[in-house]
Amino acid sequence: MKKLILSILAFLLINVGYAQDKYFTKNGSIIFDATTSTSPEKVSAINKSVACVLDTKTGNIQFSVLMQGFEFEQALMREHFHENYLESEKFPKSIFKGQISNSSAINYGKNGTYDVSVKGQMLMHGITKPLEAKGKLIVNNGKISVAANFSILLADYQVLVPRLVGDKVGKNATIKVDCVLQVLNN
Amino acid sequence: MKKFNTIIFVFLLILTSWNTASAQDEDLLNLLGEEKPRREITKNAFKSTRVINSQSMEFLSPGTMDFIILHRFGQISEGMGNFFGLDQASMRMALDFGIMQNLMVGIGRSTYKKELDAFIKYAPIRQSTGVNNFPATIAISAGTTLNTLPWSDPARKNYFTSRLAYYTQVIIGRKFNQNISLQLSPTMVHNNLVASQSTPNDVFASTLGGRVKVSKRMALTFDYTYVISGIDKTLYKDPLSFGLDIETGGHVFQLHFSNSTGMNERAFITETTGSWDKAEIRFGFNLSRMFQIKKQKESAEK
Repeated sequence: MKKLILSILAFLLINVGYAQDKYFTKNGSIIFDATTSTSPEKVSAINKSVACVLDTKTGNIQFSVLMQGFEFEQALMREHFHENYLESEKFPKSIFKGQISNSSAINYGKNGTYDVSVKGQMLMHGITKPLEAKGKLIVNNGKISVAANFSILLADYQVLVPRLVGDKVGKNATIKVDCVLQVLNN
Repeated sequence: MKKFNTIIFVFLLILTSWNTASAQDEDLLNLLGEEKPRREITKNAFKSTRVINSQSMEFLSPGTMDFIILHRFGQISEGMGNFFGLDQASMRMALDFGIMQNLMVGIGRSTYKKELDAFIKYAPIRQSTGVNNFPATIAISAGTTLNTLPWSDPARKNYFTSRLAYYTQVIIGRKFNQNISLQLSPTMVHNNLVASQSTPNDVFASTLGGRVKVSKRMALTFDYTYVISGIDKTLYKDPLSFGLDIETGGHVFQLHFSNSTGMNERAFITETTGSWDKAEIRFGFNLSRMFQIKKQKESAEK
C-alpha cells in the first residue's frame, strides 16, 4: 500500500512538473507594417505588450494582443488605425491559438535553434481565420525566443482600405513577432 | 489503518486526475490571469477639435499641428444674383497645436472684423474606461480676440484694450457610444468695448453640440448656442448650425449650414445676425489638415 501511495505521489510530482513545461511573456513585441512601396510615410506600428504562452508538452502556442497597445509615429495614423480600420473599441483584442507542428522534434531542455512552423487560428477585428507561419525558436539557458515573420491579407479580416489611401496603405500587412518566453510558475 | 490508507489513496487519485485535467487545459492564456484593465481615454467623440463653430471636447494629440481653413459664404437668401451666397466668402485661418493629451492652444485670424484670436483649452478630467474611469470629459477653454479694424471714431480717445474681448467656457461632453456624442458648454464672453452704455459687457450663453456617426468616415453634426443674456435679440440671433463631417486620410472636411458669419467665440456668440426663418443661412466648410511636427511616443500617462 505504502508503495502505491509513494508511486502516486511520484506521479503527482511529475504532474506538478508539467507546470514547468509552460513558458510565457507579457511583453513580447509585434511589428505591423502595411506601407506600400509608393508611400511617403511609414504605415507601421509596434506593440510591446504582447502576451504569449507556450506549452512545450503539447506544442500549443497562443498569443493575445491588445490593439490599443500599437504605437505609431504619427498620432493621426494611430487614431485612424483604431477608429477606421481595426475598430479597437469594438474589437479590443487579437488572439492567435495554434500549435507548433514539429514540437516533438524540439528539445526544450537544451540550447539550440530550430526552424518551426505554426498552424492555428487567428482572431482579429472580430473575424477568425486559419493562419500558418514559419518562424524560429531559440532555446537559450532556460529561456525560449520565438520569432516569426508573415503576411496577412487585410481584406480577410474585413479591414478595408479605401482607394484614396491605397497608395500608402497596402492590401497586405507584414507581421513580425518577437517574444522571449520564460518559465511559467503557477 | 487500511481504511485510512484507502481514503488517502482515493484522495490522491482525485488530486492526480484533477491536476492532469488542468495540464490539458486548452486556453493557455488564462494561465496568465486576468490582466488589469488599463485606463483608456475615450477618443474620437468628435472628428475635429471643433463641433462646427464651437470647440469640441476633443484634443489634438501631443506633437501635432492642425492647419484649419474655415469658410463661410454669403447668405443663401441672396439668391441667384449672388449665386446663393457663394460669391462672397469670409474666412478664418487657424493653427492649432496639441501640447499634451489634454492641453492644446490655437491662434487664428478672421476676415470678419479682421480679428485675431488665440485660445487655450485644457481638460482636467477626460472621459475614460478601465481603472479610474470617468463618464465625461470636462474641459476649460479660454480665449481672447483682437479687433484690428481702424477705429470707427478716430476723433475720440481710443485705447488698445478696447480692441480686446475675452471668452471663457467649460465644456462638458460625453461620447455615449460609437456613434453618438453630446456636449454642453456654458460660456461667458466679455467685450471691453460695447456699442452703447446700455449694452452689457458680459454675454452669457450655453452651447449644445452633438454628432451622430453615419458611417466610419462620416458624421452628422450640429451646434446650437442659446444666448442667455447680454445681446439684443431683436438684432442678434442664436447661432444654429448643421453639418456633415467627412474624413479622408489626413484631412477632415466639415461642410455645414449656419446662420452665423463669425468663426471665433466672440463673433459667433454675440454677433450672429442671420435668421433661419428667412433663409439667412450660409454654406460653409472647415478644412483641417493635420501635421505631425514631433514624433509620437506613446505617453506614459496611462
